[in-house]
Amino acid sequence: MGLPAWVWIILIGALVAASCSLAGCFLVLRRLAMLGDAISHAVLPGIAMAFLLTKSRNSIYMLIGATILGLVTAFLVQVLQKSGRVRGDAAIGVTFTSLFAVGVILISQFASEVDLDLDCVLYGVIEYTPLYTLSLAGRDWGPQAFWQMLGVFVLCLVTVSLFFKELKLAAFDPEMATAVGINATLMHYLLMALVSVTTVGAFEPVGAILVVAMLVVPPATAYLLCDDLKKMLVISVGCGVLSSVLGYLVAQQLDASTAGAMTVVAGVLFALAFLFSPSHGLVTKIVAQRHLSRSVVREDALQALWRLQQENAAGLDAAGPGTAHPTTTVIKPLDAIGLAAVTRTEIGIARRALEELRRTQLVQVQPAQNGGGGFVLTASGQQAAQELVHRHRAYESYLESLGYPEDHVHAAADRVEHFLSPQLAEAVDAAAGNPTVDPHGKPIPHD
Amino acid sequence: MQTQTAPTLDRQPSANTHPQAQNGQVGAQSPGQSAPVPALEVHDLTVAYHRKPVLWDIDLSLPAGNLIAIIGPNGAGKSTLLKAVMGLLPIASGWARIHGKPWHEQRQLIGYVPQRESVDWDFPTDALDVVMMGAYGRLGWMRRPGKAERKAALHCLEQVGMASFADRQISQLSGGQQQRVFLARALAQQAQIYFMDEPFAGVDAATESAIVTLLQELKAQGKTVIVVHHDLETVREYFDWVVLLNMRLLAAGPVETTFTRENLQKTYGGKLTVLSAVADAVALVAARQAQFAREGKGAK
Repeated sequence: MGLPAWVWIILIGALVAASCSLAGCFLVLRRLAMLGDAISHAVLPGIAMAFLLTKSRNSIYMLIGATILGLVTAFLVQVLQKSGRVRGDAAIGVTFTSLFAVGVILISQFASEVDLDLDCVLYGVIEYTPLYTLSLAGRDWGPQAFWQMLGVFVLCLVTVSLFFKELKLAAFDPEMATAVGINATLMHYLLMALVSVTTVGAFEPVGAILVVAMLVVPPATAYLLCDDLKKMLVISVGCGVLSSVLGYLVAQQLDASTAGAMTVVAGVLFALAFLFSPSHGLVTKIVAQRHLSRSVVREDALQALWRLQQENAAGLDAAGPGTAHPTTTVIKPLDAIGLAAVTRTEIGIARRALEELRRTQLVQVQPAQNGGGGFVLTASGQQAAQELVHRHRAYESYLESLGYPEDHVHAAADRVEHFLSPQLAEAVDAAAGNPTVDPHGKPIPHD
Repeated sequence: MQTQTAPTLDRQPSANTHPQAQNGQVGAQSPGQSAPVPALEVHDLTVAYHRKPVLWDIDLSLPAGNLIAIIGPNGAGKSTLLKAVMGLLPIASGWARIHGKPWHEQRQLIGYVPQRESVDWDFPTDALDVVMMGAYGRLGWMRRPGKAERKAALHCLEQVGMASFADRQISQLSGGQQQRVFLARALAQQAQIYFMDEPFAGVDAATESAIVTLLQELKAQGKTVIVVHHDLETVREYFDWVVLLNMRLLAAGPVETTFTRENLQKTYGGKLTVLSAVADAVALVAARQAQFAREGKGAK
């Protein structure tokens, strides 16, 4: 198959990332991420022994040897943890460093004369994978690593699809799973076997570092981005594939290690999710909070303008029509400074709120004869303000009906008014008996 | 296996129509029939953690169709007993039978509500999905839950008053709501015998009353509910039977005859503080009992 080398490299990287991401989701959810790390190192003696026994670098033997060692690792960790005398993380640390060291000794003692290079096992050289092609029936089928990884990916996909329900229950509630006949221990070893096969299949071409990264980083990213296991699996695979594509491009630009660049991109994607995830992101939360506090200021401004206009109208009414000198001082329309004074906020905040209200045509500028001028409500602003005042006063009445003293209800209503939905406001109104005046004797506007 | 158990189960509702009689001596009634098979029968059961026995020599026979509390001090082995009879912990010696057979033949009859803290509530899933997990055992390997399971799960959520929270992410539920989701999941298991590990721990009043109502409904359907319980004050109010446990079995029987000051002292004895707390509780219970008897007569 005559695809250019760079396509093969990206495809192989994407398959590694996708396979690891699938198995990795369940590791991350079960807080076993480090077990993936452990297995990816502890399979080394398995590979070495497979080589020593068969004297062949055939991938199949290495895969078998490594899978067995992967399961042995998982089993030893389990035994140590269950003994009650070794803590979980220590059990993982002790097991995989010991096994890895055994592998190092085996290779340096018995296999040093052949090309079973330690550096290669750890770091891998994904750039060279297109060189080792698979020839079958006199045809060139492309890189062997591609077919190997395709097989691993299909295995992961089939296992996760077939046993999705079982893997999910065993991850969420292993006791319940065992109680209903889905043996959680069996599922644990199924997952461990899958991780072992994935690790070994992947790390020959791309190295352990990329494998460990892809087992943990894309699933952790996906975990931040969604609240559903199926979506998490899909997003995780997507992140993995994206990391490998972007990573390759970055590596080309910088002339750097491809596997390294892929891992860095995965890390950057995680950082982005950590900061900007719609549901869990750090920055998202800060932005949402600011958004909320601004909307609170805007709603307070609308009410302040409304109250002022009501008072002015009442003052004029009291003076009577045609009176030359009204007895009540008419307060001039509020500007930003006036609003800041009335609502007790900073002038800058009040100015921004008024600007935003003007942009949405809830207030308009009313120029004064003697210069300056201020803001008044538009018709739609009037309606919005009335609705807010309605909520405020209805809630006050409701609190009073609960037996709250009159002088305590205003502050509470001031906070709650911003969060009452129209339906909830109706319910509150009804609960208070649809009053027409609030506890202070002020009318409750109804539309 | 199913066909053999069916007659046993069919018998429960009729036996249950005389709760007072049944509460007395198991097997003494049902004239003309053989003695009913107990919901849970435990013989000579010993369970050990790391070679130290946690439960020792438990002999127990619990009649079907009752609400049964397991009480005892911390570390008495209450949860261990539940887990051991469900096969979740290895048994050192002895045996347990559920409706006359070992647990692994009766999985479909068992519903389980584990302690709320035993799972990770940040798991990416919603309330309805958790309830659907109740159907997984019935579905068997590799078969996926479909529309029927979805509908059944929604119904179970309704029964615990949580239908409007079906698509809520589980981490956004309150502790009481999470507990109710767990109960709904147990209902979705459509079991005959329910094991609940401290369902009342740390829940709000609304959830507590929802659970009590549910227990009554289950009892009315002839099901057996075995509950690890902490609150001595409510034992008499909520349960028909009580099992007093402190590594060994100290007493088991109908609440009226078994939930006595003497038995409680045997169970909780040793520690002075606990002892006085129990004494207080017993005094309260006695007062409640008197009140309850008055109200009960009025109601019936």
